[in-house]
Amino acid sequence: MQSQSHAFPERAVHALHDQTLQVALRRAKDGFAVKRAVAVAGLPEFDALRDRAVQIKNHTLEHLDHYLEQYAEAVERSGGTVHWASSAEDARRIVVEICRAADAKMITKGKSMVGEEVGINDALEGAGFEVVETDLGEYIIQLAHEPPSHIIVPAVHKTRGQISDLFHENHQKYGLTRRLTEVPEMVNEARLILRDKYLAADVGITGANFLIAETGTNVIVTNEGNGDLTCSLPRVHIVTAGIEKVVPTAEDASTLLRLLARSATGQDLTTYTTFSTGPKREGDPDGPDEYHVVLIDNGRSTMLADQFREMLRCIRCGACMNHCPVYGAIGGHAYGWVYPGPMGSILTPLSVGLKEAGHLPNACTLNGHCADVCPVRIPLPDLLRTLRHQEYQLHLGAKRLRWGLAAWVWFTSHPRLYRLGTRVQARMLALLAGRKGRFTRMPLAGGWFRGGRDLPAPQGETFMAAWHRRQRDPGQRAQAQRNLDQREQAQREQGQ
Amino acid sequence: MSPSSDGTVPAEGKAPSQVHPRVGLFITCLADIYRPNVGLAAVTLLERVGCTVEVPQSQTCCGQPSYNNGDLDGAARTARHTIAAFEEFDYVVAPSGSCAGMLRDYPRLFEAEPAWRQRASDLAAKTYELIAFLTDIRGLQAVEADFPHAVTYHDSCHGLRAMGIKAQPRRLLASVRGLELRELPDAEVCCGFGGTFCVKYPEISGRMVADKATQIGETGAAAVLGGDLGCLLNIAGRLGREQTGVRVYHVAEVLAGMADLPGLGDPPAAGGLKDPTGPAGGSR
Repeated sequence: MQSQSHAFPERAVHALHDQTLQVALRRAKDGFAVKRAVAVAGLPEFDALRDRAVQIKNHTLEHLDHYLEQYAEAVERSGGTVHWASSAEDARRIVVEICRAADAKMITKGKSMVGEEVGINDALEGAGFEVVETDLGEYIIQLAHEPPSHIIVPAVHKTRGQISDLFHENHQKYGLTRRLTEVPEMVNEARLILRDKYLAADVGITGANFLIAETGTNVIVTNEGNGDLTCSLPRVHIVTAGIEKVVPTAEDASTLLRLLARSATGQDLTTYTTFSTGPKREGDPDGPDEYHVVLIDNGRSTMLADQFREMLRCIRCGACMNHCPVYGAIGGHAYGWVYPGPMGSILTPLSVGLKEAGHLPNACTLNGHCADVCPVRIPLPDLLRTLRHQEYQLHLGAKRLRWGLAAWVWFTSHPRLYRLGTRVQARMLALLAGRKGRFTRMPLAGGWFRGGRDLPAPQGETFMAAWHRRQRDPGQRAQAQRNLDQREQAQREQGQ
Repeated sequence: MSPSSDGTVPAEGKAPSQVHPRVGLFITCLADIYRPNVGLAAVTLLERVGCTVEVPQSQTCCGQPSYNNGDLDGAARTARHTIAAFEEFDYVVAPSGSCAGMLRDYPRLFEAEPAWRQRASDLAAKTYELIAFLTDIRGLQAVEADFPHAVTYHDSCHGLRAMGIKAQPRRLLASVRGLELRELPDAEVCCGFGGTFCVKYPEISGRMVADKATQIGETGAAAVLGGDLGCLLNIAGRLGREQTGVRVYHVAEVLAGMADLPGLGDPPAAGGLKDPTGPAGGSR
């Protein structure tokens, strides 16, 4: 997918003024955070599980080559085929080739963020296949020709009214002409349409939540059951997965599953957890004839080798964006690529480059809420700061900020000058603000005021000056001494 | 004031042996320039718990602007300066969770310089945010102060998450005579300040602080308190723009009984909050 991250500031402002989007965001914001908090409170061992999850992920990443080989062997043993894609282009080519070889016409898809990352849909449609997203949220944004705005609820930015319009417009061709306004009606209509697609599909493509190395099993979680129908009904099942999805054992996957849904939607478990291993065996009532796994690197092995390795622990739960006040204000599309929010602000520059996506690591207050809720304890603010450091070293940021910082460091390294400068500044600002006590505008400080706020004026005297005055005043010094004496007396009384 | 009634007794097992530890006050650039009263309040509180307070004249900034904008060399330069100014003290205390948190992060700046790394670690180990220092280290359990008003409290993110400050200010505020604390629904959600973030992305920052101001208004509190001047300037700026009349004070000013002056961004002639007989009153 083509990145628009360079235009983040404009896209963010646009999002802030999009009233429909703001309605959708406000509705979503509280839901996730509250549900997660309730789920976490109901599981006393949640933090211990997080520690265990970090261990599992770190261990796997440390031995990633080993576990990938183990996984690939297990897949082949079960009759499946493993394909290695080092780039997005490779991944697209491999998937298109499998579909061509299967003589496919209709392809159903389960939700897959890595599929979005490498641009599977466009490649397949460009090759002449009909592609249908079966996750309801993905189905909606496919109709709207939009990318997902959230990694687990891709259509979170859409209101019911917008979805009603989309269905009305796109379902006419199926003879469904009545405009629907109630959610259950709309869900039923989508279900009706998707059912025929499932039955007609030649190929089903899903992502992976976990790949179990010991058994060659793919695990996906859904709430709609669309994953089961996508991987078991068509003749061919293709799994697209990032190489970091592998875990050693089913036990490890189970540990991570306990964290995933709680962190994502506040559920103990998602409605469906689907395990698929290889193609249909003799005697199996259903399942695909062919089972393919496309293991996608696309920059992940580079991350493994550098200071962003911890990012590969990410299990794509979305908790970081659900708790991010910036995401909550602007939604996912402003970020301009596939992954939004805190995790996206790290993955996007690593994928499309800091020059293109330099805004993202900067558009963060470093408030730390994301790291607080991350089930695998990724130090997201630290990684964002590391990206800012790289940006600084590459001279990519705004020149004015760079000069400003240099001037500030010089100023703060000269205490006498600093004392004088701050005294003058405090006095001047207090005088200029006058009786009002605050500024409504100020030259060279436009950014502050563009945030729709005044600037409080200083009291007038710096603390350092006030402190000096106090030190020279014998009365004040005596008071300080009395404070200490009282304190000693209190301690003596306490001791008795 | 009766000395035994203010509860300034070190908690058992936590307190250091010193009766009168030497505390270096790291005033922070924002308190120094914008709100000297916060520094004076900090000194008062620290002296009440038996500390000898000194204010090194060579101190300037904690280095956070450089650190958070990727200029790690600049941050290290500032850090060396701060370390040299403060390493002689028993403790370093700042009326800001954000700046104290920065001092705690100093060792990270010296990965390749073992000697400085050691000095940075030594400094980090004795650096505290003011309120946490008063309660956790000096065992302060109650203060001697009046503030007969309904207030609400904003948990500044760095204090909350990097320094674990949540219960401490509430415990002390509970002892302020007449004060009624009305919790903010999203007390732990960022106000949108974020250092240079607020000027780099002012529209996003503005939305965040507008939401915060709305929630503050909905509590009906007469004043909002917090522990970090960056956040408080941002919040006061928005409340002032909306002309809500809600006062903004640093929590130390209230705890020291020194909030008898106009709040942040109020007209100098506004004086302290009027004793409430009106609807915003905190009488219980």
